[in-house]
Amino acid sequence: MNPSAPAQPGAPSIAQPGKYLAFTLGHESYGMPVLVVREIIRLCPITPVASMPPHVRGVINLRGKVIPVVDLRIRFGLPDPVDHDRTCIVVTQVAAATGGSRPYGVIVDGVEEVAAYSGEDLVPPPDFGTAIDTRFITGMARSGSGVTTLIDLEAIARADREHA
Amino acid sequence: MSPESASPPAVARRLLQQIGLEMAFLDLASPGGGAGGTVLATLLAELNAVGNTAPQAIRDLLMRAGDCTGRLANAEPTAVGDISDWLATWHAWMEEAVSAWERSQPLPPVPPPLEAMPAAAPRTTDARPHTQPSAAPSAATATAASRRLVLDDPASCQDVAVLPHDSDPELVKLFCAESQDLLRDIEQGVLVLEANPEDPDTLATVFRAFHTFKGNAAVMKLAELHRLAHEVESLLDAARRGERNLDRQAIDVILAAADCFARFVDEMARQIEGIGTGGSLSLPVPAIIQAVTTILAAAPAPQAARGHAPAPLPSPRTTVVVEQATATTPPPPAPPPVSEPAQATPPAAMTTAGASIRVDTHKLDGLIDLVGELVIAQSMVVQGATSERAADEHLARALGRLRGITSDLQRTAMGLRMVPIRGTFQKMARLVRDTAAELGKDVKLVLEGEETELDRTVIEQIGDPLVHMIRNAIDHGIEQPAAREAAGKPSAGTIRLSACHQGGFVVIRIADDGRGLDPEKLRRKAVDRGLVDAETVLDDREALELIFAAGFSTAEQVTGLSGRGVGMDVVRRNIDGIRGKIEIDSTIGGGTTFTIFMPLTLAIIEGLLVAIGDQRFVVPTLSVRESLRPLPGDVTMVHGRGELVNVRGRLVPLLRLGQHIGVTPRAATPADGIVVVVEAGQECRGLLVDDLLGKQEVVIKNLGETFTRQRGFAGAAILGDGRVGLILDTNALVRLKPHAAGSAA
Repeated sequence: MNPSAPAQPGAPSIAQPGKYLAFTLGHESYGMPVLVVREIIRLCPITPVASMPPHVRGVINLRGKVIPVVDLRIRFGLPDPVDHDRTCIVVTQVAAATGGSRPYGVIVDGVEEVAAYSGEDLVPPPDFGTAIDTRFITGMARSGSGVTTLIDLEAIARADREHA
Repeated sequence: MSPESASPPAVARRLLQQIGLEMAFLDLASPGGGAGGTVLATLLAELNAVGNTAPQAIRDLLMRAGDCTGRLANAEPTAVGDISDWLATWHAWMEEAVSAWERSQPLPPVPPPLEAMPAAAPRTTDARPHTQPSAAPSAATATAASRRLVLDDPASCQDVAVLPHDSDPELVKLFCAESQDLLRDIEQGVLVLEANPEDPDTLATVFRAFHTFKGNAAVMKLAELHRLAHEVESLLDAARRGERNLDRQAIDVILAAADCFARFVDEMARQIEGIGTGGSLSLPVPAIIQAVTTILAAAPAPQAARGHAPAPLPSPRTTVVVEQATATTPPPPAPPPVSEPAQATPPAAMTTAGASIRVDTHKLDGLIDLVGELVIAQSMVVQGATSERAADEHLARALGRLRGITSDLQRTAMGLRMVPIRGTFQKMARLVRDTAAELGKDVKLVLEGEETELDRTVIEQIGDPLVHMIRNAIDHGIEQPAAREAAGKPSAGTIRLSACHQGGFVVIRIADDGRGLDPEKLRRKAVDRGLVDAETVLDDREALELIFAAGFSTAEQVTGLSGRGVGMDVVRRNIDGIRGKIEIDSTIGGGTTFTIFMPLTLAIIEGLLVAIGDQRFVVPTLSVRESLRPLPGDVTMVHGRGELVNVRGRLVPLLRLGQHIGVTPRAATPADGIVVVVEAGQECRGLLVDDLLGKQEVVIKNLGETFTRQRGFAGAAILGDGRVGLILDTNALVRLKPHAAGSAA
């Protein structure tokens, strides 16, 4: 199974076993399929774009390409996010509406590790009880110390386009 | 003959593959199949040797093929065609048979055509030219009939499968790309031939193009196209040898074949992208082949009888061929070295030879992005180094050299996107020919400045407007020949299409010497159509501009070509879309000239860099009219119209850009800032910014999907320090409602 396979537009996707990049937003642990990650860069000056929702922080120059940067902390409604040393931009690859893929940068509070989850570690997203919108969650993974929320980047990127 | 490495069937299979490729390069026009025929015979002999352990049916057919190549060596051109058809069937069967042999399975049944040998050579001798000098008139009628067949009879079409089975998409794309080039060469060449049917270079070019296309079609296993290309090639070869002239009928047939290929290739390109119908295409292949055969069979008047100059080829080929035709003598020692690319070309003839290569535009954009970054990095290095080690002469010299190289590199990289406009212009030649013929007019197209280079994307955008305008010029501008003569003009009209560089722009001019536009008529028509009030006073120039209005058509009669009233407004919109502009000039009875000004490239704009708060924005210089520092009393609030700024006595709506885009400006009052007056269409607006930072050429980058819903920015650019600056969409800003601007203030 390829955890990075883009979901059908609109259809909720379910987390597949595989490797995930674990990262933090505030004090919570989150994960995204490692195959969508292109690179991780330090926070750099972001050019804001007016009239966009607050979680769209703007655009950056990644070696000559202009790519969007979305703050996942704001997207998931964390109170008062502050940029610090470990805050970084994870540059990912999401499906482009015109076919192919496009770069998509997300701001996270820190990158932890690459973890492999088997089918037994995964449970479907709960209907309630999480702070964040279940539209953007593919499932939960039980790990040693606690629970990691697995996010659906495709759905997040799609939502920008729909509700921007 | 039993190498340890490969079993006889495996060797046979490889040999068959080679034979298949060789067959594609069989020069069907040459006696004996040209050099391809010799190679083929050798391969068949080898195959015969391998096949002596094969099942009986394979051995039988190998024998028969051996006989066949024996005939090939002595055959004359038309018979070579039959032999090659037979061989094609043979090859298809043999491939199946050998693979069955390899797997020890039963052999496929032998198709009936293989039971007989191909027609013998002598059959063609009675159709030779000089034996029937009286056949010229019947040739004309025959070809005329065949032309009707080609153009008018849909029943004579054939369904051709577009995508070959199990085709490699990359190979198909390569085939399409190369075919498009070849077909363009063919079309351009044929139009030259129409004017000058004996031009040896052009004949050779067109012949070569068909020949290469034929080879490629064979590699792609497109049997129908291969056959058609082969037939047309024979026709061209006859012309190349000076055996016949390319008359109007022949040209029409060649163009029809090229159109047929073009339709096929376009559909193929669509299907491989997954947007085509997926089915087969109905093409008049049999009709065109029929037409070619008729033309070839009809006796072309011998050169001398028609009073033409002898064939342009250096060798005395004509006599040799005639002699051979009557006596079926062995072929001449060697074919002339001209136009025989096949023998030198390896089977994979689709690799583009020569001076240019195809590059994926994404790769090109990637290169340009990186070069832009290099320039930024270089300037950072220069700044850092000179501030710390100002006195180091070596370093200074090295840095100077680095700067020179990077700026050269940048210029070269940007130049990669530039292509000459020639291709687009020459497409118009075909358009003029067809449109004029359809309307019964005589029109000459003069092209100038075809070598003018501009960005490929601009060229793509300008094609449709040009087609519209040239059709209009022929349809409405150029008069019927009789009317022209009555007006004391030459009966043939002239359309002059030119391109040149002028101050950072490309200027394209379309000038006809037709009847011109009558401003008075235009005015009346505009009033009739309710586009302007009867009272409105328009000077002649403004009246001419009316033709760009939506729903305005000057055609007295609606023809199939133009006059639907969708022409010129669409043209203007397209040209606006590429940040260009169009002007019109016309003299009654003297003709009409359209002048289009276009940017060299859509990838770069010159921008005015402005600062608001801690951010910088790019305002496209083309839309900036002026900038000024307002005096304290210059800005007034007008009820219902928002803030207005006094620009040299004229009141212009003011937009406080910082507030509009949510950036806190440094300038507390308008008098502390600068007003940049921008215009779009008839509207203008003063944008209040903190400071002007200078002019800069920037590469426009798309903001991407995340920002599709935003209005106000046309894109982004990487600025000199590597940060991203947004490019203001002045069109959108100018169109903001004044009260919206006022409420933001």
